[in-house]
Amino acid sequence: MDLSHIFNTKKFFSLAFCAVFFSLLSFSAFSEEHAAADSSKVSATEAHVEEADEDISEVILHHIADSHEWHFFGHVYIPLPVILWTDNGLKTFLSNKFGHNDHGTEILDLEGTKLVNYHGKYYYPSDVKSANGTYITYNADGELLNKKPLDISITKNVVSLLISVTILLIVFIGVANSYKKREGKAPKGMQSLLEPIILFVRDDIAKPQLGHKYRGFMPYLLTIFFFVWLNNLLGLVPFFPGGANVTGNIAVTMMLALCTFVLTTVNGNKNYWGHVFTPHVPWWLYPLMIPVEIVGLIVKPVALMIRLFANITAGHILILSLISLIFILKSVFVAGVAIPFVLFISVIELLVGFIQAFIFTILSALFIGMAVEEHAEH
Amino acid sequence: MIVGSIAGIGAGLAALGAGIGIGNIGGKAMEGMARQPEAASKIQTAMLIAAAFVEAVALFAVVVAFLGTR
Repeated sequence: MDLSHIFNTKKFFSLAFCAVFFSLLSFSAFSEEHAAADSSKVSATEAHVEEADEDISEVILHHIADSHEWHFFGHVYIPLPVILWTDNGLKTFLSNKFGHNDHGTEILDLEGTKLVNYHGKYYYPSDVKSANGTYITYNADGELLNKKPLDISITKNVVSLLISVTILLIVFIGVANSYKKREGKAPKGMQSLLEPIILFVRDDIAKPQLGHKYRGFMPYLLTIFFFVWLNNLLGLVPFFPGGANVTGNIAVTMMLALCTFVLTTVNGNKNYWGHVFTPHVPWWLYPLMIPVEIVGLIVKPVALMIRLFANITAGHILILSLISLIFILKSVFVAGVAIPFVLFISVIELLVGFIQAFIFTILSALFIGMAVEEHAEH
Repeated sequence: MIVGSIAGIGAGLAALGAGIGIGNIGGKAMEGMARQPEAASKIQTAMLIAAAFVEAVALFAVVVAFLGTR
């Protein structure tokens, strides 16, 4: 049988690459879960089954949250610097200075400033120990009463942001330089990889939405597209350079949406503001229409923010909960179903990572396009 | 006795609505592409944007459900 046509195609290599990559991915995600599951197993034998379920949801939320250290496997961490603005001024230390106790049972003494680490966050301790041995107090509604110092630490998300910014700068400065050097010639190396994507952003995103004014907004659109895409992809990699869930952090997506909001507001022309403050309705409807239009201005970036955040977070939770099924049902045979399904979802997440970057960019372009449109159509 | 948050039911209902919405969008887009294959790329772009708007509503519900759990 002649199989050469299969092995000759590029398709085969990309398939093989994907297969190897994802088997690695699911395995490392599995081993990462393993350590956490061990602790939940111990507590399950001690207490009820419900408590184990509680532990698993805690593990999942821990994995998608920001943290003060970068966890590799088992007990291997990179401690990250903690920078706190406390009542007594600025305090800096490495997060492993006081060990890994994050149950709030131990008071950390920083030259007179007392702090307590509770679920990875730093609080001022309560005066008395509560019934469960922590220095954290809750009121009757289950709200945390302890005050928090201002936390401006370099956390995992910040480090991941710096990594992705470095990657983007290296790649794109290199590409830009080779465009300068090889002006008018065919692209080469990294250029050939990125040129179709840049052209895609220009022809399919910027031009249809912005018309002839697209040139001025291309830098912003390209930046936001590659930034969101790279961070989505890095978030899917479970080991070191990735795994930080940057675009699944609402603060990051809020800043991105705010950039779009500022651009639309600054670039809004007469027609745009006219549409907001003197809409084409009978004058007695103005008290109703103007607030609605103003709410519309704010809701657009808020929707951008929530869409990216919720999509990425939901994807991560889905993958983690499918892996957790093995530990919830306490049978290794579930892995036979769960792991292939995780593989499948991971492939879908790759697609979602791209689509969300695309949607974020195209909606930003759409909103900017609305603001700079020359004449109203009605 | 069943113990849990009612937020899950809300998220489920939202998923139902979004499912109907995205199903309609996808179905109509496919119909359009079948009728006019040369316009496929334009239809795809418009479809993705519309799907994103529908999806956003469902995701709002998911976020509300998250906040409602506790």
